[in-house]
Amino acid sequence: MNVSDDLYQEIILDHSRSPRHYGCPLNHTHCAAGRNPLCGDEYQVYLTLDEDGVIRDASFEGAGCAISKASTSLMLEQLIGKHHEQARALFETFHDMVTNPGGDHDTKVLGKLAAFSGIWKFPSRVKCAILCWHAVRNALDGKTTASTE
Amino acid sequence: MNGTDTTLLDIRDRFPCLEQQVHGKRLAYLDSAATALKPACVIDAVTQHYTQESANIHRGVHHLSEKATASFEAARETVRAHLNAAHTHEIIFTSGTTDSINLVAQAFGQLEIGKGDEILITEMEHHSNIVPWQLLRERSGAVLRVAPISDDGDVDREAFRASLNERTKLVAFTAVSNALGTVNPVAEMAAEAHAAGASVLVDAAQGVPVQPMDVQALDCDFLAFSGHKVFGPTGIGVLYGKEGLLEAMPPVKGGGDMILSVTFEKTTYNALPYTFEAGTAHIAGAIGLGRALEFVSELGYAAIETHEAAILADAFEALQAIEGVRLVGTPSRRKGIISFLVDEIHPHDLGTILDQEGVAIRAGHHCAQPVMAHFGVPATARASFSLYNNHDDIDQLVAAIQKAQEIFG
Ligand SMILES: Cc1ncc(COP(=O)(O)O)c(C=O)c1O
Repeated sequence: MNVSDDLYQEIILDHSRSPRHYGCPLNHTHCAAGRNPLCGDEYQVYLTLDEDGVIRDASFEGAGCAISKASTSLMLEQLIGKHHEQARALFETFHDMVTNPGGDHDTKVLGKLAAFSGIWKFPSRVKCAILCWHAVRNALDGKTTASTE
Repeated sequence: MNGTDTTLLDIRDRFPCLEQQVHGKRLAYLDSAATALKPACVIDAVTQHYTQESANIHRGVHHLSEKATASFEAARETVRAHLNAAHTHEIIFTSGTTDSINLVAQAFGQLEIGKGDEILITEMEHHSNIVPWQLLRERSGAVLRVAPISDDGDVDREAFRASLNERTKLVAFTAVSNALGTVNPVAEMAAEAHAAGASVLVDAAQGVPVQPMDVQALDCDFLAFSGHKVFGPTGIGVLYGKEGLLEAMPPVKGGGDMILSVTFEKTTYNALPYTFEAGTAHIAGAIGLGRALEFVSELGYAAIETHEAAILADAFEALQAIEGVRLVGTPSRRKGIISFLVDEIHPHDLGTILDQEGVAIRAGHHCAQPVMAHFGVPATARASFSLYNNHDDIDQLVAAIQKAQEIFG
């Protein structure tokens, strides 16, 4: 096990240093907070869906560790342009990848999110990677807060 | 390390947990403020109880029960001697500091605290010395006041004094801050509280492991601590209370052991300390705690304090020498705890990288979110030092921090 290969890959460091889709939009249709009271991580995720249920825009703001920040940034990149049902399906695939190392993951659909495939080796950090995914799902479900501990 | 004092020379050999490697590295355990490692003598005392005298106490007439009862009560006497309490029945076994403080909030709360009465705490308290008082405030309509801390991380004594008044019924504060390492002048603060007519509870969770806590010299009314932070087992702790107060307080938990006789019409309660010890106690835990306190006494606080001061000075110097390390809190008196930040690296990321290097630290808010809020940070990294730490641990810490800086550089 090696932190640089399994956890802090260059792409993760890059997205934590300069997160994409960062900031609070003027308009949004869905939003939810992602909080981890144990780490003090705290994010807000904003989504704009069109009438057909496609995620047209997404952004986030807040503070937390490199893993949670990069995971949110990379997630939003993937979600924009997807139907919310596809987003939910991607959540399931990502969740499965970070919690079930033996599983048969379709890394193709995960794209750059495959950078998190080694995180199961760091059980205490899995919740960081998944935090804002929960927020997105809650936002889509009409709930406003997600927390992981 | 520590060439002047030989008492602690081979001390690491007495802690079996230190024999292991973590991620293939030597273990540098710098998280004793969360829980201390256990010396073999404590582990043996617990094992000895379970293998030789596993029985319930105070109720059996058989041999094992009598042995277990004697060991359990001997542990209580060890605690009394350690705290220099006037009476053995002033020592109540609880499950830990949190449980002890909640006991006081319940029982002393019922006895003394009503609408408009005031409870004074400080800004540096652990959540377990905040939340029980908030619950009491909700139950009773009391007012909870908070004495602020300075930007150095000391209690603002002037504000503390100004917060005391004739409505103050209880003043509760920590002996040593678990987030900043600040050592409070307990005796002085207690005297000021008493002058205002208030009772005093000292949270000694971080105090008992590092310095003598003589309840008569400090003149506190209540003192709480946890076994696991002073080299003892988890799940056992102590509440010391002055006899007169304990006798006046109503029991808050009912059950076996705390009664003399029970009918459906009327129950008479047992005498102190059993009034507050309903149900089967953590017998092995109490015995282990007794052994842990003996272990501390055998080494002596003088040697422990000398050693920890040397380690702390070392760590302080080493951390300050690393560019990008910022210490959080610079209290006027400090015991072996340092909270710090490294560059823009989040403490959790730092904690993970240090762990890979065999260095165990705590990262987070340390159950002291008001302290974090004071310093405007969501979390810090915290290294805490105990008698088994040495210069190699500091070197390892420094190298690991530098590694993290490389990764995030
Ligand atoms: C100052 C202080 N008070 C109270 C506690 C709570 O102790 P326990 O969790 O053992 O009840 C701690 C433990 O972290 C502490 O450091």
